[in-house]
Amino acid sequence: MTVPIQCRPDEVFVLNLGPQHPATHGVLRVKLTMDGEYIVKAEPVLGYIHRMHEKMAEAGSFAQFMPNTARMDYLHALAYNHGYVLAVERAAGIEVPERAEYIRVITVELNRLSSHLLWWAAFLLDLGGFTPLLYAFDDRERILDLLERITGSRLTYCYFRFGGVYNDIDDEFIAGTRDFIKRLRSRLPRMYHDLVTHNIILIKRLKDIGFITPEQCRKYGATGPVARGSGINYDVRKNEPYSVYPEFDFDVPVYTECDSMARYMVRMDEIEQSLRIIEQALDKLPDGPVKAKKVPKILKPAAGDYYAAVEAARGAFGCRLVCDGGKSAYRLKLRSPTFSNLSLFGEVAEGMLLADALAFMGSLDLVIPEIDR
Amino acid sequence: MDTSIWRPIIYLVCFMAFAGLNAAYLGWCERKGAGRIQRRTGPMEVGFHGLLQPLADGLKLMTKQLLVPEGVDQILFRIAPILAMIPALTSMVVIPFSDNIQGRAVELSVLMLFALASIGMIAILIGGWASANKYAVISAARAVSQNLAYEIPMLLTVITIVMITGSMNLQDIAMDQQGGFWHWNIFRFDKSIFMPVSFLIFFICSVAETNRAPFDMAEAESELIAGFMTEYGSMGFGLFMMGEYLNIVVGACLTTILFLGGWSCPFGLFPGVWWFLIKIYILIFTFIWVRWTYPRTQVYKLLNLSWKILIPFSMVNLLVTAAFIKVF
Amino acid sequence: MSIVEETRKALLQLFPEQAAAEAEAEAAADAEAAAGAEADTDATAEDTASTEEAGEAAGGEETAAEPAAPAKEEEPAEEGPRENGVLVTDHAARGTHLDVLCDPEQVVEAAGIMDEAGFFLEAITGVDWIKEDRMEVIYDYNQTGPDPCRVVVRTFIPRANPEIPTISEIHPGANWHERETHDFFGIKFQGHPYLEPLLLPEDADFHPLLKDFTP
Repeated sequence: MTVPIQCRPDEVFVLNLGPQHPATHGVLRVKLTMDGEYIVKAEPVLGYIHRMHEKMAEAGSFAQFMPNTARMDYLHALAYNHGYVLAVERAAGIEVPERAEYIRVITVELNRLSSHLLWWAAFLLDLGGFTPLLYAFDDRERILDLLERITGSRLTYCYFRFGGVYNDIDDEFIAGTRDFIKRLRSRLPRMYHDLVTHNIILIKRLKDIGFITPEQCRKYGATGPVARGSGINYDVRKNEPYSVYPEFDFDVPVYTECDSMARYMVRMDEIEQSLRIIEQALDKLPDGPVKAKKVPKILKPAAGDYYAAVEAARGAFGCRLVCDGGKSAYRLKLRSPTFSNLSLFGEVAEGMLLADALAFMGSLDLVIPEIDR
Repeated sequence: MDTSIWRPIIYLVCFMAFAGLNAAYLGWCERKGAGRIQRRTGPMEVGFHGLLQPLADGLKLMTKQLLVPEGVDQILFRIAPILAMIPALTSMVVIPFSDNIQGRAVELSVLMLFALASIGMIAILIGGWASANKYAVISAARAVSQNLAYEIPMLLTVITIVMITGSMNLQDIAMDQQGGFWHWNIFRFDKSIFMPVSFLIFFICSVAETNRAPFDMAEAESELIAGFMTEYGSMGFGLFMMGEYLNIVVGACLTTILFLGGWSCPFGLFPGVWWFLIKIYILIFTFIWVRWTYPRTQVYKLLNLSWKILIPFSMVNLLVTAAFIKVF
Repeated sequence: MSIVEETRKALLQLFPEQAAAEAEAEAAADAEAAAGAEADTDATAEDTASTEEAGEAAGGEETAAEPAAPAKEEEPAEEGPRENGVLVTDHAARGTHLDVLCDPEQVVEAAGIMDEAGFFLEAITGVDWIKEDRMEVIYDYNQTGPDPCRVVVRTFIPRANPEIPTISEIHPGANWHERETHDFFGIKFQGHPYLEPLLLPEDADFHPLLKDFTP
């Protein structure tokens, strides 16, 4: 007879969380050294879905890399479109017509909503609440329908072009978006907050769990809702405005509790702020072309390096583009927010219970393809 | 002579059918209920409104290969699912569905039910340990500590009922509550002012004892994949599932008999087995309702709830009941 | 004083020569300002403009005659190799505010200065300049204050022997970034606690982002 686990009572054991595990949302593996149910050491092991996007950028032309950007963070693909497009436009000196900028903002924010809704659903699933998943997907489905009409795809968008967007939006899209805003606004307080946010079990599981100090955030370079849940008021849209974001009146939700609940609340408030941005953008939407004229088919930006950052749903996404005057990028570095956000997991998860660590991991909102790139 | 032979056989067949039907169709009910709560339809394809779904599921599970992974304890691994199912089935024997429908009138039927319920926990322990899987072992350890913690307040509340009735026979306990709903133990304020609370404690404990969400620590799928069932497939998994549903039925029956007057009608009309069935299915629906509404608790908070709140309170309840009985 | 200016001053610690040259230029500008015009409201504006020009001049550019507004910044490489120093870059054109070129040994010191100034590390990356037979290592810093200030610290190392000291003790977040850069370029970060492949398989002995890499 074989003995399943050979260890003395005072010994620790290694638990492999993943690469296939319901709570890791993809192929993340965490090597946990456990003492009973307590974590002694946590070491994320990455690379299971590594595809070397950065090398692909060096192989093709600038336009050919566009579809790749959507395949990193597949939940907030348009923000990655946006980051890449901004970097290339900056390098090539392309001006974008105003209407296109507005459409970019509207679609990016709609996509951010769908990303946050999916995070909410998956997070609740991590905590063992099954029903919120379907409520969130009900709303998310409507966003996907709206975006599908305009962009042609539902998940991995390739909608932005250098100097504008692929396709103009029409009245049906505008009316549908307005309807959706009204609908989500009416559902948020009751279905999202009354049923879930104020649930005593949820609060007990998230309050004071997964404490990340602002200093830790800085040391590890955490951005996005993770940093904002630790009291750091940083949002690329406000701090380093790009596109037409300065035109809109919106708040950056910041919570100083530093725990999982704070990160949860930041994302829930961001849903409301995104709704506000979309509404204002629809009101102010100017007429005009949606694509810049005379954008050459083959771009040859001047040599040098260029940086562009956008606020994706998970934090600051940065593109560092190094050009040598050729028709493809000499080097494209993609700075993904979750890569940095996850790097602090090991330090914070030490000494946590397994269940709490998984709740904490959910509150980081991981998208693995974006970490591995 | 004839009747003495046929009676046990008829009961056996009927109870097996009842148990089997429940084990199969509660799965369907659960999926339909979940669908309703989640604003979707649930199973619709197999048969009218998916009524044949349990049959299809059973067929699928039975045709699957019974995989026994390498390195597991061969004997215990096979025993565990059977052990999960048998006590739940056996419990059916002593449950009185009405004043004349009972498999066997055992004098200490309350005691027997709890003894059998504890075996279910051992099945989880064996299944988890024999699987040679770290997640399963963690799950088994959780299940044991959880069941231990929740059996104590459960038994303490049952003792108050036994004190009130003066009997450990379920039949007697149910008979004691005949008449309108004001006779039910849950509303008998003359015996103890805390009766509704002890009903709540008992209900919470039975949710925890049956390892149902929000207390499903043992199979917390986002933490432990499927806990003790991780390595099980085919009908081994099916037996665990059926055992779980049967435990829910037993839990609901016990709650009905102990607190909700068994087969008595709330208004004193037409007492009979139908009232019993209505009550247990309302309770079972509550089980399903709770599961699809709340997120899961965390294991230490769950234990704290028992040791720090439920056990002290049920002890106070016991003393208050004793005092009431002494005074009035 | 704006955050960009403050950070620039702090980073000048790395380059005593540039700092000295700048102090000289500033003194000259001050003297000029004092002599030329009476203390007027324009004086401050002119002052900042002149420091900017001084900074650019020290960075190896001859654009002192340009108008005060930060004009389209030229590529330093065009006018011969760029000297070590701090360069103020136009954010609208480049996406960064400060561009630092330093020796490989100085990156740790630079990281220390950035850490003290409250910056966080956004990313580390390499660029393989195969024609020049050298590799560039780029550190992106950012801060979370209300005004944007992005700093890029870059350094060149020989391609044959790519080694650079680690900064993971100052910025723990650098740990993974350095591992990733090691994966892709084979750059060895001396003193790194655990320089194992992060994104590549654990037995990978290739470095895909090298320009001479063939799969």
